[in-house]
Amino acid sequence: MEKIESAAESRKLLNKITNDLTRSIVKKDELTRFWFFILIMFVIVGLWGWIVQIKTGLGVTGMRDYVSWGMYIANFVFFVAVSLIGFLISSALHLLKIPWAKPISRVAEQVAIAFVALAGIIIVMDMGRPDRFMNIFLHGRFASPIIWDVTVITTYLAISVLLFYIPLIPDLAILRDKMSDKLPKWQLTMYKILSLGWKGSAEQYKTIYHAMRVLMILIIPVGLSIHTVTSWLFAATLRSGWDTAILGPYFVAGAFVAGTAAVIMVMYVYRLRYGLKDYFEDFHFDYMGKLLVFVCLVYLYFNVNEYLVPGYKMKEADGIHLNELFQGNYSGVFWIVQVAGLILPIFLLLFSYFRKPLPISIISFVVLIMAWLKRYIIVIPTLEHPFLPVQNVPGIFQHYSPTSIEVMITIFSFVAALIIISVLAKLFPVITIWEYASEKGIDKKYLTENDKN
Amino acid sequence: MKTLGASIGVASVAGSSSLLNSCAKIESNNGDKIKLLTSSGELVEVDKSQLKPAEMPSLTEFQKRGREGLPGKSWVMVIDLAKCRNARQCMKACQNHHQLRPEQHHINVLQMQDAEHTAPYYMPKPCQHCDNPPCTKVCPVNATFKRDDGIVLIDNERCIGCRFCIAACPYSARVFNWFEPRDAEKYKGVTYNIEANVPQKKGTISKCLFSADRLRDGKLPSCVSACPNGVYWFGDRNEDAVTNGTTKETVNLTALLKQNAAYTLMEELGTKPRVYYLPPKDRAFPFQEEIKNDH
Repeated sequence: MEKIESAAESRKLLNKITNDLTRSIVKKDELTRFWFFILIMFVIVGLWGWIVQIKTGLGVTGMRDYVSWGMYIANFVFFVAVSLIGFLISSALHLLKIPWAKPISRVAEQVAIAFVALAGIIIVMDMGRPDRFMNIFLHGRFASPIIWDVTVITTYLAISVLLFYIPLIPDLAILRDKMSDKLPKWQLTMYKILSLGWKGSAEQYKTIYHAMRVLMILIIPVGLSIHTVTSWLFAATLRSGWDTAILGPYFVAGAFVAGTAAVIMVMYVYRLRYGLKDYFEDFHFDYMGKLLVFVCLVYLYFNVNEYLVPGYKMKEADGIHLNELFQGNYSGVFWIVQVAGLILPIFLLLFSYFRKPLPISIISFVVLIMAWLKRYIIVIPTLEHPFLPVQNVPGIFQHYSPTSIEVMITIFSFVAALIIISVLAKLFPVITIWEYASEKGIDKKYLTENDKN
Repeated sequence: MKTLGASIGVASVAGSSSLLNSCAKIESNNGDKIKLLTSSGELVEVDKSQLKPAEMPSLTEFQKRGREGLPGKSWVMVIDLAKCRNARQCMKACQNHHQLRPEQHHINVLQMQDAEHTAPYYMPKPCQHCDNPPCTKVCPVNATFKRDDGIVLIDNERCIGCRFCIAACPYSARVFNWFEPRDAEKYKGVTYNIEANVPQKKGTISKCLFSADRLRDGKLPSCVSACPNGVYWFGDRNEDAVTNGTTKETVNLTALLKQNAAYTLMEELGTKPRVYYLPPKDRAFPFQEEIKNDH
C-alpha cells in the first residue's frame, strides 16, 4: 500500500478503521444479551449433566467395557483438530509471507484458544476419577502418550494465548486512549493494565515483531505435535483401524480441513454481525475457499491411503472393521462423511461462485459437521470389534449409542467454546487495528495520538 | 469373611502345611482349647491363650508389598482347552473373590471358532499377564504396573479412570467400574487390598490379578481352585512346575507345554503372554451350543 502523507487524511481513515473494528466491543444490544443468555443456559444444563455423571458414575453414558471411549473422546479429537487452524493461519501462512492471511489471524487464534482450552476440559469430563486429576502431575509416567498430550496441549494453549495477546498490545493502547467516552470504567482499566504502558515507540514495535516471529516458529513443532500425539492415543494401540503408521499425518491433514471450515464460519458471522464487509472481503473468502480445497485434497490423499491399502489386503480384523464402515452399521455415516465432507466441497469450491461468502460458509458448516462425524467413526467402530468375541455381557456392551447425558456434555463443550470466542470478540477487536492501518498506509505515529475526535 | 467363605472346601497344599505348623505350636501350650474354622475350611482346636485379634496390614503396607510382589517367583498359568466344558465355576469364584458385578469378568469363558470349518471350543480367558504388556505402557500415572513376579496389577488408589489401558489391551481383559461397585456399601471402610483389587472403586479399572492375595497365602488362584474339570495348571516358572487346581497333581511345566504343543494367544502381537493354552484336541466334552458369531 502507498503511504498516506496528509495528516488529516490519515486521522480520518484511522478513525473510520477504529470505529469499524471496535463496533463489536461498543455495540450493546438485545441480541448480544440473548446470545449469552442462551449459551449460559446450555452451559448450566451441561454442567448439571456432569454432576449427575460424577455422582452415578460413567455408567450414565453409553460406554461400557468394550466401547470404553465414546463420544467424549471423538469430540476431544475434533476440538484438538479445529484448534490446529491457529498454527496454520497465524504461523505457517505468515512465515510464508502470504499477505491476505493477516486480518484472519486473530480469528484463527480465537478459534485455536477456545477449542484447545475446551479439549482440555472435555478430557477431564471423560475421566472416571476427575477428583484425581492431580495424579497426572504427582505420578506422571512420561512413557504414556497421555502425558505427551497433556504437555503439548498446555504448551499449545500457552503459545496461542501469547500469539493472540502480543499483537493485541498496540490495539489495547488504542482502546485505552481513544475509547474513554464509549466504554465503562472497568473495561478501560483492564485495557490499561493489559496494554503494559504501550507508547508505540519504534523499539517497542521491534520487540513485538521479534516476539511474534519467535512464537510463530515455536508453534510449528508444538502445533504439529498436538494432533500427532492425539493420533498416537489411538495409533499406540494394537487395534484394527487405529494400528496404522499414517495416523499422525492423517489426523493433521484432517485437522486443517476442520479448522479452515471453522474459521470461515466465524469470519462470516463477524462480517455480517459487525458490518465488516470491507475487512473480511470477498477475496478473503475466495482465498480461504482455495485453501480449503487444498487441505481437502491432502486429506483425501490420506483417506485413500488409510482405507485402500488395508482394504486391498482385507486381513481378518481389518476386514471386519472395513466391512463395518463400507457396508455395515456405519456405512451410512461413512459415505456421507466422505462425500459431503470431502469430495463435494473439493468439487464445488473449484467454482468461484461457491467461494463467495454465503455459499462457502454453508459449505464450511457442512464440512464441520462431517468432520465431527468423521472423528466419531474413527473412535467407535474400532472399539466395537475387538480381536476376541464379545460374550457373556448385556447387549449394550456390544453396540454403543450415546446417552442424553453424553449429548448434553458434548453440547456444553461447543457452547463453552462459543462463549470464549464471543467474549474475546466482545472485549478485543476481531482484526488487528494497528496492523490493518499500517497496511492501508497510515503512519504508526497516528496510532498513539490522544485525540478524542 | 468373603475370602473365607469362598475358599471353604478348597484345601491347597500350602494351606495344609501352614495348618500343621500352627498345630505343632498349640501342643506346647496347656489350657482351654477353642474350636476354630480355618480359611481352608478345616475345624481345628486352638489354645485360648494363643488367640489374638487378626492384624490387618495397613494401606501403606498393602501398597508396598503389592507393588513389590513375591520374591523369586515367576507365575504362569496353563489352560487345557481339551478339558473345558464351560462349567463356569471359575467365573463364579472369580466374581465372588473380586466383588464383581455379573457383567464384569476377570475371567471369561468364550465360545471360540478359529476358522469357518474348524471345530468350536470353549476358551477361558483371564488377563494374559503379558511380559510386554501394552496396557502398563500407556498408563499415565503408573496405576497399572508389572511386578517382578510377572503379575500385572492395578492400583485403584491411584487410577484416574482414563481407560487408555482398556483401549490398549488386545485381549479385552480389563473391566471398568461404570457404577458404584457391587457390595460397595458392605465393604465401606475396608482397607483396600491391591493384590485382590478389593474393595472395588467406582470410576476405576479392574482385571484378573492371578489372585495375588491368595498366592501370598500359599493358595492357588480362585479360578484355578474352583475348576471341577482340571482345566487349569498354575505355578512358578522358576521352579518349572505347575499344579493342577482340580487334581492337585504337580508336573513339570516344560514337559507339559512340550508334550501338548502349547501356544500363547495372538503371539503375533508380541505381547509375550504368561498364560499358555493347550490345544482343544481330543476334547473331554463335546461342544454343545451353536457357535455365536459376535466378533
